[in-house]
Amino acid sequence: MNTEWLPALILLVPLCGALLALANRRSAPYFSVLAAFITLLLAISAAWQVEAHGPLSGSDGLFYLDALGALYLLPVSFVYFTASLYAIGYLWARQQEQDKDAAEPRYRQYFPLMNVFALVILAVPLVANLALMWIAIELTTVFSAFLVAYEDRAEALEAAWKYVALTSMGAMIALLGVLMLYYGTHAAGQAPTWDGLMTAAPHMSAPLLLLAFVLWLIGFGAKTGLVPMHTWLPDAHSQAPASVCAVLSGVETSAALYMLLRIYPALVVNPGIHDPAAWYITAGLITVGSAAFMLIQVHDFKRMFAYSTIEHMGIILTACGIGAAVHEQGTIYQLFAHGFTKSFCFFAAGLAGIIFGTQEIVKVRGLISRSPAVGWALILGTLAIAGAPPFALFLSEFEILDTGYSSGQYLSTGLLTAFIVIAFIALTYQATRIAFGTPDPAQEHTSPAMKIPRSSLAAMVIAFVPVLIFGFYLPPPLVHLVHEAAQLLEVQG
Amino acid sequence: MITVSPIMLSIAGSVAALFVVFGLGVMVSRQMLASLRFFMGQSVALTLSALVLADALHTVNLLWVALITFVTKVIAVPLVLRWAAGEEIYGRREVDQALEIPASVLVAAVFALVGWFAVAPVLPTLHDVPFAAINLPTGLIMVLWGAFTVALRRESVAQMMGLLIMENGAFFGSIAIVHNLTVIAEIAAAVDVPIVALVIGLLIRSIRRVTGSTRVGTLDKLHEH
Repeated sequence: MNTEWLPALILLVPLCGALLALANRRSAPYFSVLAAFITLLLAISAAWQVEAHGPLSGSDGLFYLDALGALYLLPVSFVYFTASLYAIGYLWARQQEQDKDAAEPRYRQYFPLMNVFALVILAVPLVANLALMWIAIELTTVFSAFLVAYEDRAEALEAAWKYVALTSMGAMIALLGVLMLYYGTHAAGQAPTWDGLMTAAPHMSAPLLLLAFVLWLIGFGAKTGLVPMHTWLPDAHSQAPASVCAVLSGVETSAALYMLLRIYPALVVNPGIHDPAAWYITAGLITVGSAAFMLIQVHDFKRMFAYSTIEHMGIILTACGIGAAVHEQGTIYQLFAHGFTKSFCFFAAGLAGIIFGTQEIVKVRGLISRSPAVGWALILGTLAIAGAPPFALFLSEFEILDTGYSSGQYLSTGLLTAFIVIAFIALTYQATRIAFGTPDPAQEHTSPAMKIPRSSLAAMVIAFVPVLIFGFYLPPPLVHLVHEAAQLLEVQG
Repeated sequence: MITVSPIMLSIAGSVAALFVVFGLGVMVSRQMLASLRFFMGQSVALTLSALVLADALHTVNLLWVALITFVTKVIAVPLVLRWAAGEEIYGRREVDQALEIPASVLVAAVFALVGWFAVAPVLPTLHDVPFAAINLPTGLIMVLWGAFTVALRRESVAQMMGLLIMENGAFFGSIAIVHNLTVIAEIAAAVDVPIVALVIGLLIRSIRRVTGSTRVGTLDKLHEH
């Protein structure tokens, strides 16, 4: 079977979705959901092909999809689908909450942008050329800026501006690194692709490779939310619609992290670079530690999940440094499971915000008594994202810590354990206050129970399926893909 | 190894100096319109540098880079910025910034040293790449100055110019070492800059519409209590 067309088709479908949504305001949500669903099916098909027959390439080397890319593609397409479905009712409910007399939401602004935003995220694992990957990552900011500022208030614009300024600044720093790697691969007679970089890396000038990496770490680190370049992330998540947060937090931040993970083996095989793991462990631990302590004092539950994303990005980076990618596949699985779990958390948080009309933790009590479905979703989502059993992130975090201790990296693994425990306690404490606390009668009076939109509820239920199942069971093809992806990060040196 | 005449190296060095001076102008200028003109001047310097390198290295691709730079950064981006900021770009003369000009210049000098020392270990490995010793440190310094400008300014248009001089810096540094981006990457890069400028311009217009100004220093409601 000729599968060369698959990567191009995966990008073509969201583009068609965007154009159709732009052309027809009333049908915009339905075109988007349909485009997202077809994209999901195509992504599954592409991942299946990669698992069965190895990397996919097409269009004269323009596209290239290997196991790690396929494992990233799956959560992206899944979150794109669930977020599109969720947004239909959620945007309507938000509109009603703010202004009952308002017309229907600005679907014509939202859905075309959401489709193009998904398109550029999907392009990151699909394109072969490093410069095109950089362009795709930069465009994720550009196309999501107005999604963050969707509610068009001063606060939303402030969040969008911080987001654009910080992440674009990071992108410009990373650009110089990308172009340095371009030179390095070209000088070694290789193409500027991941494979080309791996082949060229042992022969590249160590100072050049190291400088390019440092520029990536700072530049892509800003997009990933690594401390201290993280400040845009809680602000953007507190203001953006929950459906946008699901994509931002679930898969967009991981796009830049994906780049940082993929350059790691190139650093290790270069004989002139000593201990590249130290960079990953240091940056990762600073990020996890800061996020864990911020989680203790957070006052807004959407900001809480944003800090949890920062924590997870730090865990994945640290895990890569301590070698969990190689030994136990913990890094890969954490990256994979984070996308599904975090989007589910934001779906629940968004509905909780609609029910109470506020995101302030102190004003939200007794969510379960107001809405059992949303209350339990918030509790389960929090437990899942905090790394409690039996959810997928428990497995990955357990594997990461096990790898760290068994390889004798006691200090870094000990610190990582401590920060994960602090974050776990903070998250579950905040979530139980929200879900089980006694409802404030005055609050109940001022914000009468709002009907939960059915499309949003359906999206939340669909989003919960992988969160639950991947904790118990990973289908054999996925297990194989995880192994294959771990081998790509494996270092022969 | 390509041999380059000392005259070409001198011209390239002079263009780099011009590039730095215009960058400094963007960073310290207190007038929005002057800052925009300095950015246009810097983009012209980048165009000139690409032309010099294209001639010295006999690389047609750099002619495309020069053309793309001129069209997007000297013509299109300033038009977008003037449209985004509206009357304010002419009406309001002072740009708020976190540090006074002498302190800013001092910090810029420190960044220049940081940039130089970061690139210094790389340069010996690029001994066979003409112009790398001129363009690469200059480019990295400009990336750092651009980041500093974004942090320093409290004005959206000025912050955007900080981002744009960062991009100028990245391209100024890389044209010396990368002359052969694939056609698709070149087209994408050419489209990327106007898209970024247009979207940020739209965002600036939204900020002006909602808050009545392009100042972003006053937008400080979002933080942990």
